[in-house]
Amino acid sequence: MVRSENLILFAGMGLVTYLPRLLPLLALSGRKLPQWLIDWLDLIPAAILSALLAPALLTGGEPRMLQLRPELFVSIPTFIFAWKTKSLVGTVLVGMLLFWLIGKIM
Amino acid sequence: MPFIAKNPNSILDTTEPVRIHYRVLNTYINNRTHGTKVEKNVSARVMQGFAAALPICLGYVPIGLAFGVLAGKTGLTPAEIGLMSLLVYAGSSQFIGAAMLSAGAGIIPIIITTFFVNLRHFLMSSSLSIYLGNTSKKILPLYAYGITDESFAVNLSKFREDKWGIMQALIVNHTTNLTWFASTVIGGISGEFIPAGAFGIDYALIAMFICLLIFQLRGRKYVAVALIAGALSVIFSLTIPGNAYIILASILAATTGVILGRRLEKQHG
Repeated sequence: MVRSENLILFAGMGLVTYLPRLLPLLALSGRKLPQWLIDWLDLIPAAILSALLAPALLTGGEPRMLQLRPELFVSIPTFIFAWKTKSLVGTVLVGMLLFWLIGKIM
Repeated sequence: MPFIAKNPNSILDTTEPVRIHYRVLNTYINNRTHGTKVEKNVSARVMQGFAAALPICLGYVPIGLAFGVLAGKTGLTPAEIGLMSLLVYAGSSQFIGAAMLSAGAGIIPIIITTFFVNLRHFLMSSSLSIYLGNTSKKILPLYAYGITDESFAVNLSKFREDKWGIMQALIVNHTTNLTWFASTVIGGISGEFIPAGAFGIDYALIAMFICLLIFQLRGRKYVAVALIAGALSVIFSLTIPGNAYIILASILAATTGVILGRRLEKQHG
């Protein structure tokens, strides 16, 4: 069962999510981009990933504040494992295992 | 899965979605050239796509289940959860949307929040466009639909290594999309059967981001930008309400990186 007001809501959420995903592809692909823009876009992934990750490791609570969290402790061996092995599946499994273990201990 | 390695075609014979991808895409892909490193064999490309999608799917299943359970508890039906996952397909904004809905927020504030939470995909899509110059404009809307934090990071690193085509990228996007959709619906149906925090599943996506970040750190410049972005993101997340901190920190850090990079180049001639 789908209520019509929820259908409208999801369609609206979908539209404002889809357009920012689509428009740069249509507008930018196949064009010769200026070098500064290529350099900038090249740095964006590292920046976004770090911007997503750092608060997840260092902050928590409501309202958010700096916290020493198990997420941070587990991230150190997970970082080392990822760096040494470059294995995505392995890193996910190791991270989950360590997080589960630290939950048992703490 | 040793049998797959010996006979990749066995997958094509048994899996309907793969056959559909194959037929639709082959016309667009046939004559593309990517240099020597790109796999020419279609079934091998399909398998590359699935292999790259697998870790993302591992990360999506627990989060999708968790979202389904939570959204179910806020009063959404499994059909509504599935529809939301299909139409929006963006995890964090779906969590936020469900939470706002249960708090009695109106449609417009939820849509505006969703827009800002997901605006980071604009940057990701811009980054990906560099590698999609040869791709048909008819395929791009299909690809754009599946741009998430995770598929973006995986596809971009593969594109950059010059061993990726639009076909592998589409398989990554749509396999992960299907996984997300199914997990959220199953979560909505199964409700309270899944205990919170079982088997460390809460850490799956963090671990994946850690590894994806490691992939991106290909030199001092990238490490510096990542450190700046992380520090700014923490500061902004503590001082600015909402989720704007991700996009703000990323833009500032990448801009700083470009400016500093130019200065260093000038100094060293």
